[in-house]
Amino acid sequence: MSSKKKILKGKSFKFGDDISTDLVAPGRLFHLRSNLPELAKHVLEDADPEFSGKVKPGDFVVGGRNFGLGSSREHAPMIIKLAGVGAVLAKSFARIFFRNSINIGLPVLICDTDKINEGDELEIDLTKGVIKNVTINIELKFNPLPDVMIKILDDGGLTEHITKNKGFNF
Amino acid sequence: MEKTISEKIISEHAGKELKAGEISVVEVDVVMSQDGTGPLAVSQIKKMGFDSLKNPEKSIFFIDHAAPSPRKELSNSHAILREFARSTDAVLSDVGRGVCHQVLIEDHSCPGDIVIGGDSHTCTSGALGAFATGMGSTDIAVGYSLAKTWLRVPDTIRVNFNGSLNKGVFAKDLVIYLIGRITSDGATYRAIEFGGKVSSTMDMDGRFTISNMAVEAGAKTGLFDSDNITKKYLENQGRGGCFREISADLGAVYEKVLDIDCSVIEPMVSQPHTVDNALSVRDLEKIKIDQVFIGTCTNGRLSDLRVAAEILKGKKVADGLRLLVAPASREVYLDAMKEGILATFIESGAAIQNPGCGPCVGVHQGILADEEVCLSTANRNFKGRMGNTDSFIYLSSPATAAWSAIRGYIADPREKS
Repeated sequence: MSSKKKILKGKSFKFGDDISTDLVAPGRLFHLRSNLPELAKHVLEDADPEFSGKVKPGDFVVGGRNFGLGSSREHAPMIIKLAGVGAVLAKSFARIFFRNSINIGLPVLICDTDKINEGDELEIDLTKGVIKNVTINIELKFNPLPDVMIKILDDGGLTEHITKNKGFNF
Repeated sequence: MEKTISEKIISEHAGKELKAGEISVVEVDVVMSQDGTGPLAVSQIKKMGFDSLKNPEKSIFFIDHAAPSPRKELSNSHAILREFARSTDAVLSDVGRGVCHQVLIEDHSCPGDIVIGGDSHTCTSGALGAFATGMGSTDIAVGYSLAKTWLRVPDTIRVNFNGSLNKGVFAKDLVIYLIGRITSDGATYRAIEFGGKVSSTMDMDGRFTISNMAVEAGAKTGLFDSDNITKKYLENQGRGGCFREISADLGAVYEKVLDIDCSVIEPMVSQPHTVDNALSVRDLEKIKIDQVFIGTCTNGRLSDLRVAAEILKGKKVADGLRLLVAPASREVYLDAMKEGILATFIESGAAIQNPGCGPCVGVHQGILADEEVCLSTANRNFKGRMGNTDSFIYLSSPATAAWSAIRGYIADPREKS
C-alpha cells in the first residue's frame, strides 16, 4: 500500500450499517458548512449524540456495511478528520464517501469490523495493511487501495497532488 | 471489443480503449456543483491556485438547495458562488431556476457526455445516455479547473424491465421495487444499464426518475439507451443538435443481468429510514401522514405534477394535512401553470413553492415536527433527512402521494377509480 510508513493507534467507536452522510453531517446544519470547525462539533451527532465529546485524536470510527451512503457532501469526511479521527473502518463504503475521504487524506479501510468491539484498542499499519486489535489480540487484514488512490494519499490529498504535478500524474 | 455504454463513453473520453476495471484520466464535458457543495469547490480551486476555469460555458454553479436562503450564513455562501461565477464567466443558475439535475437535462447534458456533479443525484443525466456521476467538492474543483477527472470504468449490471406496467404503477414504483430487491449497496461501484420493453417505451420523465435513484442502490450512474424518445425530448428542448444514438453493443459483458417482470409490481413505498426498506402500499399498515411533498429532481417534472393534479382535481386534501408542491424547474412551473395544473393544486389546498429542492434536504420550506410523518416523492428517507431525526419519511410516486394527501394516510392510488 502506501510508501509512507505510518502506524495509527487509537480506540474504536462502533457504528452500525448504513451510516448515511445525513447522520454524519445533517442537512439541518447546512449553514455550518462554511464553518467546518463548528460543524465538526456535531460530527455523527445524529448517530451518537455523545460521540464528538468522547472522541480523542487518533481514535477510529468503525462502521458496518455501506458506510457513508447518500449525499456527495465532502464535509462529512472532512469533519470526521477535523474531529481527529485517524481512520474510518467498515465492511464496505459508499463510493462517493470513499473517494472523498482519499481526496482529503482520511484513510478509509475495508475489513471485517465484526471482529472489533466498542472501545477496543487498535494499531493500524497502513504500509502492511494490517489492523491489530490489541484488546482481543487478533490481526485483521484490510483490502489494498488502487494505485491511483495511494498516489493521492501519498501526496497528501487531491489538491496537493494536482498542485505538485501541475495536473494528474498517475 | 463489444462494449457496455460506460465502456464506450469512458473510452472515447480517455482517447484509448478501456474495459471495466481499468482506470484512466478522462476529459469531462459538463461540471457542476450546488450551494451545498459549490463553496467548498471554490475554496479548493483557489487553494490549487487556479484563477480561471477550463470550460467556463460548461461549468455551472447552482443555487437550489437552500434557495431562497433561509439564513445569513447561506446567503453569504450564495454570494460567494455568484461572485466566483461572475469572475470566471461560469454559468450561474440562481434562485428560482430550479433543481440542478433538472436544469442539466433541460439545458446542458447530452448523450455520450461525461457529466460530473457535486451532488450524488448527478446520475439523473444518465437517462439521456450520458455517463453522469456524483463526486465531492475537491474532485469537482479539479473538474472545473482542468475539465478532467479520473475514473475507474465500472462493471455494469443490466436491469431489464420486461412485461408491462400495471395501472397506478409508475417509474418510481419500479425503481423502489428494484432497490428493495438489490438493496442500498447492491450496485456500489457499478453502473446500471436499464433495458427491456418497459424501458425502451418509457417517456423521458420516467427514465429520469429511474436514473436519478440509481445512486440509492450505490451505483455510479444509471444509463438508458439514447433513442428516438431521447431525440424527441432534446428537440423539444431546442437541443436536437446534441442528439446521438448510444446503446450497448450486443455481446457486451455484464457482471449480472436482472430480468424484472413489471406486471408483478404494485404501487410501492420506501419506509423509514432507508430507501431499500421497500414494501407495496397494499401490504402497508394504515400510516397517518402530516405532510405530503410532491417535487424534487426525482418527481418534480411536468408529467409527475400532471398525474398528481388529475387525482386531486375537484378534491381537497385531508383535514390537518399539509400538501407542498415544488416544480423542479422554472420551465416545469410555467408549463404546469399554463396547463392549469397549479390551479388544481391550489384549489385542493396545496401550497406551491418556488422551483428548487424544497424541503427535501431539511434546510427550509417544510421541516417536520417531532414524530411527524411525511410522504414524499423525493429519493431519500434517511433519518434526519428532512431536518428532524425524530420524524419519519416514506417515499412514493406522485400518484400515491396525491391520493394519500386526500385520504390522510398512505393509500393505494388504484382505489381511486
